[in-house]
Amino acid sequence: MSDEVTAEILTTHILDLAGQGKRLDGRGTDDYRKVSIEPGFVVTADGSALVRIGDTAVLAGIKLEPGKPFADTPNAGVLTTNAELIPLSSPTFEPGPPQPGAIEVSRVVDRAIRAAETIDLTRLCVTPGEKSWVCYVDIHVLDHGGNLIDAALLAGVAALTHATVPAKRFEVGDADYPLEVLHTPVECTFVRLGEAIVVDPTFDEERACQGRLTVATDETGRIVAMQKGLVGAFSPDDVKSTVERAFQHGDRMRAMIRGGAG
Amino acid sequence: MGSVGAKDVPVLLSPEGLRIDGRRVNELRPIKITAGALKHADGSAFVEWGANKVMAAVYGPREVHPRHLQQNTKAVIQCKYNMAAFSVDERKRPGLDRRSQEISKVIAEAFDSVVFAEEFPRTSIDIYIEVLQANAGTRCAGLVAASVALADAGIPMADLLPAVAVGKAGGAIILDLKKEEDNFGEADLPMALVPQSGRLVLLQMEGHMTREELATALDLGVQGCRGIYEVMKQALRDRYAVAPAEASA
Amino acid sequence: MKPGPGTYRVGGRVYASVLGLLSRHPPLVQVVPLSGRYIPKPNDVVLGTVTDVQGTFWLLDIGAPRWAPLHMTGTPWKIEIGETDQYLRVGDSVVVRVENLDPTGRIGVTMLGEGLGKLEGGSIVNVAPARVPRVVGRGGSMIQTITRRTGAQVAVGQNGRVWVNGDPEAIHRVREALRMISEEGQRTGLTERVDSYLRATGRSGEQGLEEPPNESARRDAPAAPYASSPPSEGSDEEHDGNADGWHDEND
Repeated sequence: MSDEVTAEILTTHILDLAGQGKRLDGRGTDDYRKVSIEPGFVVTADGSALVRIGDTAVLAGIKLEPGKPFADTPNAGVLTTNAELIPLSSPTFEPGPPQPGAIEVSRVVDRAIRAAETIDLTRLCVTPGEKSWVCYVDIHVLDHGGNLIDAALLAGVAALTHATVPAKRFEVGDADYPLEVLHTPVECTFVRLGEAIVVDPTFDEERACQGRLTVATDETGRIVAMQKGLVGAFSPDDVKSTVERAFQHGDRMRAMIRGGAG
Repeated sequence: MGSVGAKDVPVLLSPEGLRIDGRRVNELRPIKITAGALKHADGSAFVEWGANKVMAAVYGPREVHPRHLQQNTKAVIQCKYNMAAFSVDERKRPGLDRRSQEISKVIAEAFDSVVFAEEFPRTSIDIYIEVLQANAGTRCAGLVAASVALADAGIPMADLLPAVAVGKAGGAIILDLKKEEDNFGEADLPMALVPQSGRLVLLQMEGHMTREELATALDLGVQGCRGIYEVMKQALRDRYAVAPAEASA
Repeated sequence: MKPGPGTYRVGGRVYASVLGLLSRHPPLVQVVPLSGRYIPKPNDVVLGTVTDVQGTFWLLDIGAPRWAPLHMTGTPWKIEIGETDQYLRVGDSVVVRVENLDPTGRIGVTMLGEGLGKLEGGSIVNVAPARVPRVVGRGGSMIQTITRRTGAQVAVGQNGRVWVNGDPEAIHRVREALRMISEEGQRTGLTERVDSYLRATGRSGEQGLEEPPNESARRDAPAAPYASSPPSEGSDEEHDGNADGWHDEND
């Protein structure tokens, strides 16, 4: 039911705690919940990863198929990101066509993967103008406990990092080979709770918040995507300080992606 | 993964009566069920069955959306069976297709036959089945997952619903088809059993078999369901079991 | 055997209809659910959240299969039609009593009665409705332990929604204690473990003390006004202790 209501008492309590630098689950304002990454969860995918952040669980699967390059980029492969906020994962999601929330997750994740040049799309071209690989990043939210964007990108990038190009299966080459990943973008999401800006919001914190800010960084020091969402506002100084925090958390999680472990 | 361009039909049954993965005709693939696999659903279960991975969640009984589906004397039981895009070799385009809608319908009706829906008039019991990795028999795996999820959600019902597909491959009637047996076999017969009454509440068939073969298949399927029933009950016991070793900790 | 709640009879045999603990009280046999949504019973006191405001009533989410209408005549307020939103708004929390259930599934609730009304301040923690007897404890022992050790004010709804009031530290410790009960509710010695957790996490000055210094002052606080009597099936001694819901009984 999309009209599930959060008790105002709980919202007020969350905001009061934030005013003292505290959170409902005992975390500090700059603490993530426990993050785990399980690559290779789905063998039918060409790459996959199950990511958990606290009680949020997101599964990403990669599929590569031969297709045709776009006319304006004849020398590049095609990358498509699709996130599904399926009703299995939350009492607040409804069956049916993708809702704006799902489309936002898809697009924010897609922008980070693209802008960071996570994969070199020219390497996915087989015959310029005629044949290239189409790389699908399909993201399935399984358990919605808040902060879907960070979990979705983490799952997507971890899945890409451990993906194989199925060249032999599609008779494009003699052997399958690992998909080359050039950069590792990581998204960090913050919400404003009164004057506090806390990282990795839970579902209830997202319901209580006065604005959400996502910052994607890569290992070279670039900011590769941003998104301000939900109702609320941030000052330019807020933005600058969250960027610094995003790099710190990002570096820690990049090590986890490369290590492929929790 | 060798299906692209493969024209050769594999040998589905050896002269010794063994199947491609070494099973006998009446043997199930390994099955593992985790009850309560999700945190935000009223009930949930994750089923790993052979190379299938299927998650099911149950929400309800709860207010009906959309409201026009509300029934005055009972809960409406809704089911959505869906395959993840990456769950099969050829990427499946996301969204509704006719196969998924048919499967959703027969699964919802199977559960409507055992759930005591009249205890919750004007409400909805919503069952969501997500196939994450498919290797034949996903509707049965989904049904088993959903049945454990319904029990985990505290829904009253006559019994759990074990399900399995029986089929014909290499001329023999075999239990619990895997992908190659499904693709190259002669018949596929998924069924779901109410162990308490001995009746079937889901039954479909694709392919062809004789009367005698069907009789054998039904017997084999019922036998297989009874085996799966034990695994389902154990999964629920494990979820709520008292851990004696930890009790003193 | 006579089929009680959570069971049904077919052809002289009694079967479980829900996942739960078998409980035999000859001639009655019943299965006490281990999970599931809150199933309302008349006179239950529950915590609800307003989900909708209409001209003459509000709809409350009490964690039950259906939303419960609270009619304006079921409140202590003198309200004109159309003024309901001046008294309770979407998101407000209330303590109400289940008054009547009709066969269509409608859940009638009232706010008239001692201890009922709108909640202000504090926080809300959800536990599984099946765990409520454990949260309360035998004769209220668990809830008394929690309030004594934390100094917090705690009200447990029969629907598993718990209102906690006190300083942030106390609320946090109650929340953790309730999480322990949710996760370890099937084990024995739970009250002792919760007690030792709460003693270990007490303020440094309180550590090792048998009673917190403010104990006497807290005795007058309304410890658990909405959880006075746990249902009789709440104690595990009466169960066989296995979770085999699909165990059949010969008649």
